[in-house]
Amino acid sequence: MTTATDTYAPRPGAAPLPRMIAAQAVLETRMLLRNGEQLLLTVVIPTLLLVLFSSADIVDTGAGRSVDFLAPGVLALAVMSTAFTGQAIATGFERRYGVLKRLASSPLPRWALMTAKTASVLVTEVLQVTLLTVIALALGWSPHGNPLAVLLLLVLGTAAFSGLGLLMAGTLKAEATLAAANLVFLLLLVGGGVIVPLDRFGGAQTALGLLPISALSDGLRDVLQHGAATPWGDLGILAVWAVLGLAAAGRFFRWE
Amino acid sequence: MRSEPVVQVRDLVKRYGTKTAVNGLDLVAGAGVTAVLGPNGAGKTTTIETCEGYRRPDSGTVRVLGLDPVRQSAELRPRVGVMLQSGGVYSGARADEMLRHVAKLHAHPLDVDALMERLGLGSCGRTSYRRLSGGQQQRLALAMAVVGRPELVFLDEPTAGLDPQARHATWDLVRDLRADGVSVILTTHYMEEAEQLADDVAIIDAGRVIAKGSPEELCKGGAENTLRFSGRPGLDVGSLLKALPADSTAAELTPGSYRVMGKVNPQLLATVASWCAQHGVMPDRISVERHTLEDVFLELTGKELRS
Repeated sequence: MTTATDTYAPRPGAAPLPRMIAAQAVLETRMLLRNGEQLLLTVVIPTLLLVLFSSADIVDTGAGRSVDFLAPGVLALAVMSTAFTGQAIATGFERRYGVLKRLASSPLPRWALMTAKTASVLVTEVLQVTLLTVIALALGWSPHGNPLAVLLLLVLGTAAFSGLGLLMAGTLKAEATLAAANLVFLLLLVGGGVIVPLDRFGGAQTALGLLPISALSDGLRDVLQHGAATPWGDLGILAVWAVLGLAAAGRFFRWE
Repeated sequence: MRSEPVVQVRDLVKRYGTKTAVNGLDLVAGAGVTAVLGPNGAGKTTTIETCEGYRRPDSGTVRVLGLDPVRQSAELRPRVGVMLQSGGVYSGARADEMLRHVAKLHAHPLDVDALMERLGLGSCGRTSYRRLSGGQQQRLALAMAVVGRPELVFLDEPTAGLDPQARHATWDLVRDLRADGVSVILTTHYMEEAEQLADDVAIIDAGRVIAKGSPEELCKGGAENTLRFSGRPGLDVGSLLKALPADSTAAELTPGSYRVMGKVNPQLLATVASWCAQHGVMPDRISVERHTLEDVFLELTGKELRS
């Protein structure tokens, strides 16, 4: 017969909330940085595009140095790759593998899980922006403008892309999310003013300008390349996407 | 071990579309180990996941440690450990990394290394989840359920598909949990698991509890039990019958092979043995056949449990 050892004697309790959120954010970030496909998307592709298109005259980027046009676009791409594509794919598979379900019965509240996910996205973006800024500066980039306006654009862009990414991850199958998130990434890379100026698309320019990626890249370019004060129009577009995306994700997200 | 019920399910109904998974189920589980036994599709997982707060009952009430698992989830979750039937781990996470993470979500977790060692996972801590064998993945999920030192643990098919060694490691841990005062609710479709571990068994079929009680109580009910012995052919069965209690039967099935059916207990065995002694018979190969849960289940449902 088994005798009591008290090893397993109940002593339940949740860890303090800040500790839980920090632990979750650290784990999510580690999972992201360990994943090769994710790194390709978030680090390798933006870096390659920046270096390649700044050095060789592949696309006519208009008057001025091409790095001044490209650096803001690539920063917008970096935000999209992490907040939208990366987050959608990772969350889609977490849902598929029952990670979200298992965490839902842990002491970690759902809002705290989402807070941790957001923190992980922001940490990754800080790493991306730092790396890309250093590379762009080495390529002769001379940014202008108000850093606060840049920060506001990046934060609203992150909110807009997170909402859309989570909406996709919470409603589609993991494989469908993987395919769709990559396809959207590719389409928006081409048609979102990241490396190809929007005026190349003729009549479609106005419609394309309403995409979140166009608003983000255009807004960043207004500030960083042209020294504009605050690009309210682009911020407005991003705010609308953020509200719609996050509301829809909140409404339709299925945890399992 | 009877005390306040840890789980109380009353008249639970749960439908998925037109399919009724649970159909008026009642279950009261006290301290100790309760096994929910039934074939695939009986409603075991739906029942346990309703207790875990994953599903909202269509009707009926569910209380776990006196709390509503949906409305009072925040209060309940730290006190309960959950092992899902599969998954629950980041595919890129290492085994010890995931267990350490779950430990960090709790105020007074168990020692992670000791727990890994205890479950035979000591050598695969650095292995990523997707590279673990199925049995290792299951033991990791079990470790995740107990690492927070819960009062109550839900284990959904904890040993399905495990090899005998891993199964015994799991059973030993469940026995230790019970000995240290942790209540356990487990679902299984292995009779032996329920017989080995459970203080109480609830047999469910088609979304309802069709029998409940301790394994001994369940096996006592139903058909009569059987005692067999061999002796020389042509013994006087009528005289044997007279020596036996009133509700017994005795017969010579084939020459020299005898069967007594009735309430098989030490008195009955002694009666048969002394009758043999009086008649100068040496009973060869005397054997007692106990009713198993398998028999009980077959009688109740007309179905084999293993499907």
